Amino acid sequence: MLEPVNISLEALNLATLMPMLIAIGGGLVILLLDLAKDNLHKSLYVMLTILILLVDLGATTGLTYGANEKGFFDVLLMDGIAVLSQVLILVASMLFIPLSLTSKRFHEYSYPEFFALFLFMIAGFQFMVSSDNLILIFIGLETASLSLYTLIALHNRSNSFEAAVKYFTMGALAAGFFTMGSAVLYGISGSLELGQIAGAISDRMNEPGITILILGGAGLLLTAFAFKLSLFPFHTWAPDVYEGASAPLAGYMSVVPKVAAFVVSMRIFEMFIQLEITWVQDMIIILSVITMTIANLMALVQEDVKRMLAYSSISHAGFVMVAIALATDKANTGVFLYYSLFMFTNLGAFAMLWVSRHKNRIHHSRYDHPYEKFSGMIKIMPMGAIVMGLFMLSLAGVPPFSVFWGKIYLMSATVDAGYLWLAIVMGLNSAIAAFYYLKLIVYMFLKEPTDAVTQETTYYNVSKPLLTILGFAVIVTVASIFMVNPLIEYIDTMVKATNFGI
Amino acid sequence: MDNILSILIFFPALAGILGFVVDKNSAKAYGIAVAAIELILALWLWMKFDITNAGMQFTEKVDLIAQFGISYNVGVDGISLFIVIMAALITLLGIILLRDDTKNMKNMIVSLLFLEMTMVGVFLSLDAIIFYLFWELSLVPMLYIIGAWGGPTRVYAAVKFFLYTFAGSLIMLVGLLSLAYLNHLHTGIWSFSILDWYELPLTEGQQFWLFLSLFAGFAIKVPMFPFHTWLPHAHGQAPTIGSVILAAVLLKMGTYGFVRFALPILPDASVTFTPFIMTLSLIMVIYTAMIAFAQKDMKQVIAYSSVSHMGIIMLGVFAMNAEGLGGSIFLMLSHGIVSGALFMLVGVIYERRGTKIMSEFGGLAAVMPVYATIFGVMLMASVGLPLTIGFVGEFLVLLGFYKVSTLGTILAGTTIIIGSIYMLSLFKKSFFGPLTNEKNRDLEDLDGRELTALIPLVLIVVWLGVYPKPILTPIDNSVKALLVKMENKAISPKTKEAIIISKKEAK
Repeated sequence: MLEPVNISLEALNLATLMPMLIAIGGGLVILLLDLAKDNLHKSLYVMLTILILLVDLGATTGLTYGANEKGFFDVLLMDGIAVLSQVLILVASMLFIPLSLTSKRFHEYSYPEFFALFLFMIAGFQFMVSSDNLILIFIGLETASLSLYTLIALHNRSNSFEAAVKYFTMGALAAGFFTMGSAVLYGISGSLELGQIAGAISDRMNEPGITILILGGAGLLLTAFAFKLSLFPFHTWAPDVYEGASAPLAGYMSVVPKVAAFVVSMRIFEMFIQLEITWVQDMIIILSVITMTIANLMALVQEDVKRMLAYSSISHAGFVMVAIALATDKANTGVFLYYSLFMFTNLGAFAMLWVSRHKNRIHHSRYDHPYEKFSGMIKIMPMGAIVMGLFMLSLAGVPPFSVFWGKIYLMSATVDAGYLWLAIVMGLNSAIAAFYYLKLIVYMFLKEPTDAVTQETTYYNVSKPLLTILGFAVIVTVASIFMVNPLIEYIDTMVKATNFGI
Repeated sequence: MDNILSILIFFPALAGILGFVVDKNSAKAYGIAVAAIELILALWLWMKFDITNAGMQFTEKVDLIAQFGISYNVGVDGISLFIVIMAALITLLGIILLRDDTKNMKNMIVSLLFLEMTMVGVFLSLDAIIFYLFWELSLVPMLYIIGAWGGPTRVYAAVKFFLYTFAGSLIMLVGLLSLAYLNHLHTGIWSFSILDWYELPLTEGQQFWLFLSLFAGFAIKVPMFPFHTWLPHAHGQAPTIGSVILAAVLLKMGTYGFVRFALPILPDASVTFTPFIMTLSLIMVIYTAMIAFAQKDMKQVIAYSSVSHMGIIMLGVFAMNAEGLGGSIFLMLSHGIVSGALFMLVGVIYERRGTKIMSEFGGLAAVMPVYATIFGVMLMASVGLPLTIGFVGEFLVLLGFYKVSTLGTILAGTTIIIGSIYMLSLFKKSFFGPLTNEKNRDLEDLDGRELTALIPLVLIVVWLGVYPKPILTPIDNSVKALLVKMENKAISPKTKEAIIISKKEAK
């Protein structure tokens, strides 16, 4: 007969669960609201979502992170990076959701389910980042991914379906690798908790035959995360998926799922690296170097700006992946600094594509955003061209714009760790990358407008909320020099308050 | 006004932003007014400047990213003072020379003002990251100026210019980050301040690699052989104003970088690399001079001669003695004035005829006597005729370099000869002889606008050629201070020796 389980409510430590509960509860509220009254305007849902996210943000920042507090049957772990990444995810989500208030009507936003799914996805990501239990990480990952696939498909275009199916298939494969990797680690240690896995591995380090098991476990997990982070050679899905998804969602995908995946990678792979399993480190360095280089070279030949930005996001992910291999506090700080600055700029760039999004493809039979579309933009909408130019310069890493600070911080962390050659590779890759960002600038500033480009066609989808978000993005991009210090201070305390692996 | 340096840096940028509002027909007048105020401020800085003080003056320091040791830190000494004044002067005269019917005049003025901010900023920064920031930022307006107002293949030239320098400076950035890390290891604090780095002891091995990384950034900018290939393209396609600023100021960033960073921070490596750099510089001096002789396009002649003279500046910098270094800094100024003026003059004839090919001209002296005279003066200054500005710097550099290598000096001296050959042949082909091409018969001589831009340069060429002392003294003070710093910091006896010899003689 089963023993009755006795757990006191205090031991559950429900405060750690609050952020996710708020997101899930908010999603349910939206569904109920739809049940009660039909045909509510999307603006209501957008504002409601923002408010829910705000409450969520409040609950997250209110958490005590210093003590690496555990909760909910000890599967939740609220440490520095858990809180920090949740804050990042929530802020990015709040920037993203107003982008649905376009002047033209798009299919997906008329369903309240879109917003409910969006909130469920955020809850999934929150679970994923705030746990050191492989099962909960998996559940969080899958909740978030399944919602995301649906959000992509809701865009209701043939290539969105293609994107969603492709992403789903690849995601399923990654999920398979993840479970197999976890199973191997469970086999080694008899536990799914990273702390205990680390202990078991270090105890059994000298046993014969253990290497092959670690190889299997770490290798499978690395493959799974290479899919999620779109690292070479598992990056091929990314450009198609970005192209099929709506522009803001593509921008969102280049930030939030990556941040979540990076946090988990930090927990898992930095554990291996601290156990001095050096081939994991070498492997990650090789992967990141190839990823940033290949993606950069591929981005050079793209004809569509959105695809170019997709490859550029892959390359940025490869750049940041270096930090996981270094596994120092400074490198981890760099990851968050990079993404908190990159977030604004990249979302801004995708939002500019969204502003100019047409129902029909008027510029090119295959692409929504060919370079020609931006030809001579300085003559037609000078402000738009300057803003997009700023984003491109920032992505290229021209100081003093936002991404530059992330870049030098990561490069400095690389130099500190003694990998000078790697820092130079990172630098040279930024120089290659500058070419395709410049290409867009050249089109916007130095070419004559084509006949199909007029103010109306480029400002097609603009609305006040979009301009507001763009305004935020521009301010952060330009004035980042004044924000970097407090950001580093905050991130640094958070990272230092975290126990990695052991 | 203790914060005059900040005003100097940010005034043009602020004026640039406000310039968006100015009506497009008044844009040029606005630009002239702003650039004139900037020049007056720069001259005022000179007046306030204490010429007996060899160190940094008017320093300002504000922490920007304290966690990472980055602060807004500016200061001026004898080395940077005159380059800043020259940058302000050339910008002003360049704007004056702009034709009234330039298309998109407002964008041009705004770009030039932003460019002026970055130029002044580079020369005044004492923090490596702030230096790097202005350094990189200067590419953006220049990209736009070449790309929007240039010749037929302007986009290619502009992008090549941007990418070439961008790649080099990213390698330099790795060097700067390593220096900051080494400084952190040594002192325990993060700092990107150049002044802190001056005190940082480095082993010869470290210096070797750091020098190479800084070299990548600076050498491309100078541009040293074999990294010079972007420059003729850029000059060939750039509009007159672009070439003027590129040759007069932007190239000096590279040589200034060597003086400000490589020499004092890495003295041993600088001495170790001296033979290497001298070889490259000598190749650059002679080879580009020969290429210049083979050109048919007047502007290309000037462009290659400008590269050739940059080689002489490099020789002076790495002579490691007061004459050579001081002379090369003086030569930076005179090269700025003279090559700037020559590009302006080529621009003048290009505007009238729409071509720069020398064979199209001939006998211009008869129809445009004033133009021919000014061209002649500048040409003589470029060749290094005594009593012109070009002579002083070139003589000092060769004098300093003579102490290092006799053979090298003879080789470098040949450029004066090759230089006069190609310059005089240019002059002969274009200005003398019979007036064969009918299109040249009705050319008008210089008008008021062009004279306003060119006469000040002629006056400076003669004034500083005859009496360079007011400028040489502060330069000399700061250069000697820099050499003493190098000597104190050097660890290998060979380096000390290379520097001491010259110091004794300097006294």
